[in-house]
Amino acid sequence: MTGIAYTGVPSAEELRACPGIPTPERRKKGRVAVIECVQEIPCNPCAAACPFHAISIPGEITALPRLDGELCTGCGRCVALCPGLAITLVDETYGEEEGAVDFPYEFLPLPAEGDTVDAVGRDGRTLCAARVVSVRRPEANDGTRVIRIAVPKRFLDDVKSIRRLARKEEEDAWTTK
Amino acid sequence: MKKLRTEVAVVGGGPAGLSAAAEAARAGAKVLLIDENKRLGGQLVKQIHKFFGSEAHHAGVRGYQIARRLLRDVEDAGVTVASNALAYGLFPEKELGVVWDGKHCQVSAERIVLAAGAKENYLAFPGSTLPGVMGAGAAQTMANINRVLPGRRIVMLGSGNVGLIVSYQLMQAGADVVAVVEGADHIGGYGVHAAKLRRAGVPFYLSHTVKRASGDGALARVEIVQVGKNWQSIPGTELTLEADTLCLAAGLNPMTELAWMAGCAFLYLPAFGGHVPAHDAKMETTVPGVYVAGDITGVEEASTAMEEGRMAGLSAAESLGYGAGAALDAERAAIQRRLDDLRAGERGAIRRESKARQTAAAADQRQGGGAT
Ligand SMILES: Cc1cc2nc3c(=O)[nH]c(=O)nc-3n(C[C@H](O)[C@H](O)[C@H](O)COP(=O)(O)OP(=O)(O)OC[C@H]3O[C@@H](n4cnc5c(N)ncnc54)[C@H](O)[C@@H]3O)c2cc1C
Ligand code: SF4
Ligand code: SF4
Repeated sequence: MTGIAYTGVPSAEELRACPGIPTPERRKKGRVAVIECVQEIPCNPCAAACPFHAISIPGEITALPRLDGELCTGCGRCVALCPGLAITLVDETYGEEEGAVDFPYEFLPLPAEGDTVDAVGRDGRTLCAARVVSVRRPEANDGTRVIRIAVPKRFLDDVKSIRRLARKEEEDAWTTK
Repeated sequence: MKKLRTEVAVVGGGPAGLSAAAEAARAGAKVLLIDENKRLGGQLVKQIHKFFGSEAHHAGVRGYQIARRLLRDVEDAGVTVASNALAYGLFPEKELGVVWDGKHCQVSAERIVLAAGAKENYLAFPGSTLPGVMGAGAAQTMANINRVLPGRRIVMLGSGNVGLIVSYQLMQAGADVVAVVEGADHIGGYGVHAAKLRRAGVPFYLSHTVKRASGDGALARVEIVQVGKNWQSIPGTELTLEADTLCLAAGLNPMTELAWMAGCAFLYLPAFGGHVPAHDAKMETTVPGVYVAGDITGVEEASTAMEEGRMAGLSAAESLGYGAGAALDAERAAIQRRLDDLRAGERGAIRRESKARQTAAAADQRQGGGAT
């Protein structure tokens, strides 16, 4: 069976029906939010996070968040404020061959700018190599980092995060029992 | 033995109890808030993740920070806080037996709000007593409060929100989650939480359960097996996973002991985690003057717990003569609207239905119908 409730990965149908995905026309104009929130849950911080009112939760709080691509400036405020980490930014206009993806990241260690890392898709499988463009920790994010990576354009629809980096023992603030 | 009198005694200092205490005190009542922990906040204290729910309920804010805000409200409202105080009994005439800082005391209250939350379900299977097998809540306390990693290779049993969130937090703390095992054929918790784990490479084994845990003195292996529709194991589908920790996240059940002692009428609602006290829309149980709020009324969420707490606090205060009239009615209507909203949608349907049965049972009981 497919679909987020069976696999943890939104299915193609769920994504097609999802009101949080920007149109291809809007994507051609530059950086924009992609909200892959496909299940009706009582949640709405994304709508409140957007300073441009580009995200709405029409009616009941369980409705799916709807993106108005024309209002979205790609500012990224919603990315780290979504507790579901369901929002990324895509930028098709980033380069000739490359597009950029911004995604929230809450693991340690962090990659550094310029590093080459493995870009992964919704199911955690490695899709391609990616270059880390920036690692930011905006004030409003309360600890959640937003990482921007550059990837070949043909992977832009599917890249969602990076493979977790191995921990170095000496960096380990934790002890085992 | 020390004897205390108060107008409203609230048992439990989680989001429900904190909200109830603040609201009742703001209305003018003298309130004593009793919690067994040194630090108030209930489940919120160990939640380092940003909370779900509506903006109006601090969603997007980390759980322990929500607790801090609620505690500030309680202090500002003039509530007397008894932390490190366990209420062990509720006797006739609304007398609570409490062990406060190791000393016995007796609290007599005119109104009581029970907001004791819920506890983890226990599971037994061969090897379930091995060191390394633990409740997900315990693993979370180790990682988030004591900053001790329970293990390096974790198997999580249960894919409800607790299983999913604790898995993610253990990964944040540096562990690897080698599997999330779920008996049902679908993931129990929110898709967005499951998606975080999938992106991070965690495999899900649905329609599977743990057959046995083994190891020499400590957990080393977890054997899982596929299950059919009636949860019977399918021979030949066993799979052995190497792991040093097996976390059990098999659901929560309401902490109802004090409500039983009080003589409240109960009903059985599986969607809420088991037996729950019947209550009316004002959160009053079938025992006059005894109110309930939060997970004790059925396992839901912090946002619903806060709203139910407010409702219970306002109602308890009202029945003592604090606050009345149109303003109070409007406030209660607003709370009810937010509660309905939180239980809207497809996933909320079962909770909506369960709540309706719970309030209907209270009404029946009052009319002498006798619901169980
Ligand atoms: C891992 C996890 C993640 C969660 N994530 C979210 C989320 O993102 N969003 C959300 O809305 N909800 C979330 N929840 C649910 C939320 O935490 C609970 O629904 C909420 O805390 C319930 O509130 P409560 O006040 O009813 O009970 P609790 O928070 O359980 O508080 C009850 C308190 O009462 C105390 N107590 C009990 N009995 C006694 C007694 N006899 N004497 C003295 N003290 C007593 C307990 O020690 C406890 O402190 C999560 C829960 C867990 C476990
Ligand atoms: S990227 Fe900025 S403008 Fe676009 S939806 Fe998110 S918060 Fe709004
Ligand atoms: S904040 Fe995130 S999880 Fe919540 S509704 Fe918005 S997109 Fe979905």
